[in-house]
Amino acid sequence: MSIPGQIAPRQDDPPYQSGEPVALFIPCYIDQFYPEVGKACAELLRQQGCPVVFPEKQTCCGQPAFNSGYWDEARHVVHQFREAFMGQRWIVCPSGSCTAMCRVFFGHVDGDEELVQAGRRVFELTEFLVDILGVTSTGARFPHKTTMHIGCHGQRELGLTDQPVRLLQSVQDIEYVELPNIEECCGFGGTFSVKMAGTSLAMGKTKAENILSTGAEVVVSPDTSCLMHIHGIMQREEKMKHIRAMHIAEVLTQR
Amino acid sequence: MNSRLLSYTIANSLSMSEHLPGAHFNKSETKGLYEPHGSVALGESTERSSKHNREVAAAVPQFQQWRQVANQVKRYVIRNLDKLLAEFERNVKARGGEVLWAADADEANRHVMRIARENGVTSVVKGKSMVSEEMELNHHFEAAGIRAVETDLGEYIVQLAGQRPTHIVTPALHMSAEEVGRLFSEKLAEPYSAEHQHLTNVARRHLREEYLRAEMGITGVNFALADTGDVCVIENEGNSGLSCSTPPVHVALMGIEKILPGVDYLPLFLNLLGRSGTGQKLTTYTHIYGKASPGKKFYVIIVDNGRTEVLRDPAAWMSLFCIRCGACLNACPVYRRTGGWAYGWVYPGPIGAILVPHLVGLDKAASLPFASSLCGACGEVCPVMIDIPHQLVHLRHRATSESTPMNSFTERLMWKAWAWAMVRPWRYKLAMGVVKLGVRMAKFLPWHPGKLGQWTRGRELPRPPAEPAFRGWWRRHGKQYEQSEE
Repeated sequence: MSIPGQIAPRQDDPPYQSGEPVALFIPCYIDQFYPEVGKACAELLRQQGCPVVFPEKQTCCGQPAFNSGYWDEARHVVHQFREAFMGQRWIVCPSGSCTAMCRVFFGHVDGDEELVQAGRRVFELTEFLVDILGVTSTGARFPHKTTMHIGCHGQRELGLTDQPVRLLQSVQDIEYVELPNIEECCGFGGTFSVKMAGTSLAMGKTKAENILSTGAEVVVSPDTSCLMHIHGIMQREEKMKHIRAMHIAEVLTQR
Repeated sequence: MNSRLLSYTIANSLSMSEHLPGAHFNKSETKGLYEPHGSVALGESTERSSKHNREVAAAVPQFQQWRQVANQVKRYVIRNLDKLLAEFERNVKARGGEVLWAADADEANRHVMRIARENGVTSVVKGKSMVSEEMELNHHFEAAGIRAVETDLGEYIVQLAGQRPTHIVTPALHMSAEEVGRLFSEKLAEPYSAEHQHLTNVARRHLREEYLRAEMGITGVNFALADTGDVCVIENEGNSGLSCSTPPVHVALMGIEKILPGVDYLPLFLNLLGRSGTGQKLTTYTHIYGKASPGKKFYVIIVDNGRTEVLRDPAAWMSLFCIRCGACLNACPVYRRTGGWAYGWVYPGPIGAILVPHLVGLDKAASLPFASSLCGACGEVCPVMIDIPHQLVHLRHRATSESTPMNSFTERLMWKAWAWAMVRPWRYKLAMGVVKLGVRMAKFLPWHPGKLGQWTRGRELPRPPAEPAFRGWWRRHGKQYEQSEE
């Protein structure tokens, strides 16, 4: 979302030079619960000829505490991020939401210039592939009926438009079906999902119904956190149990 | 600006809330936000409106530039409120109108009641005015033995039903035509029908008598023009026009932020308000009043009621840019499911969540900023580009830092522990190990406490993988990724 005077632009200038290392920022829940997503991410970047590094001091972007209002606590954690990624020119993250925290909200937590600059060097994966590397196809093959949910932070805070859709449509043998009301929130919202669970679930059920209505076998997203919530709901519904949830990086590396 | 505007007291306009169903603000403090309480009609209507608004906006190539210009104009206006309001006052007075200032709802009510007394008013017709909702004006009329009738169809329906508006533009959005039909047959002794045209005709017939009877008409103000001293009121039903012009006395109620530098700026805002509010290029009627007809009287009451309090918080000032179009309500997936009453006070939805905490005090409305998944749909549609999503997180920070019900010692302790764990990779690994173990164990528990229970009441937990975390895998295989293939 571009508010005059409030835009936190990404630092994509000067352009990426071949051979520059790309640092992976793997969000905590992906690291622990969905390691396959991290691997697919590394694989995609290697395919594009990027040397990949993983700064081991990284933990979390601080978003859970930040969104809950606990900014003092978040401040310690975002500085851990700054330290871990010190000196990295290109940082890539397989989550629109965590990327938005870095790029847009670091400055809210602390005006520290180094911190803000570190945040602006973070790119969402599909954004990096399409906008920075100019990727049009990853050469993947995925013969399944697939639909996609684009997370809100990616869309509205980062201004992600059709990058993930274009990559998905380039996949060989895929049958891509657009999700009805694709721009609508799934209701996850971090701690919102447990603080206002009734409303969050009602939103998630609408999303799940929309996914079901496409007849897709697989729902894909550039944000695993949304999928954790959506898939969690679908597993409770007999008619939706068969639908798989995958991060877009996993689809883009299928052969 | 009148110095009284700067003195701030919490409006006791809240005190009458308990008379109305759906307004339990003081009692249970917006409990309704936690669960979806909105009607099916509300969900469907807002979704339809939102789609329509987007289509209408998309049809104008320069719509985004309009928004940016409007944002800049509002920046100027809020920075120059003192000068612009004084200029407006001078210009209204120069044409024989009277201008009254009200620091809070109480003072505004006293002004209205005094005008009513002085003019021997026994019956009032009201056009739509959100400020009058803040003032609980109808109750004050009732207490003074004055008959006050809402003339906006939606407001009329809501008033007959003894409810509060559920939406700032379309107050009866939560009711179906069938419900309105039943209401009319019960309260107006009309034969039941759910046919839209018929219902409109019934309301029209009843309201005509009210216009002719009333000695005073009350309207809101969409825009006040400083350079001419005019007030602009827009509407679709003709009821505001009749409320202004039929009775001998017209009282216009406006919040201090409704001022525009001049008539030159009006077309921009009319274009934005119609499109964002109801998806119309322009509303059916645009009235501009500056002067009473011979033998009639014209008053403007300029109301603060907490608005200057917003300016104390430098991060919040854009919430005063609001032109009350309701686009953020229609776009908000939370509002669509909870309905307007759940927000507990006059302004629901995302704009209510960032405005009400300033108007009534953060301690009384601390949970409102949490009623959002932070999806940002509100900010995307706001015609004056208020940074609503960012203000929501800002107010969450304030709500957990200041003395409010949302400042929880146990939750802070939890986040402190979390921060402790997240600043050292070894602590992170330890904490994540505990979380994964917990998630594995949770399967065997018959009952899940607290927030975990809130997750599993409608969702399965993610299954922790058998393989190690990504960082463990990287330690073994990362080397081969560090060299470029080229």
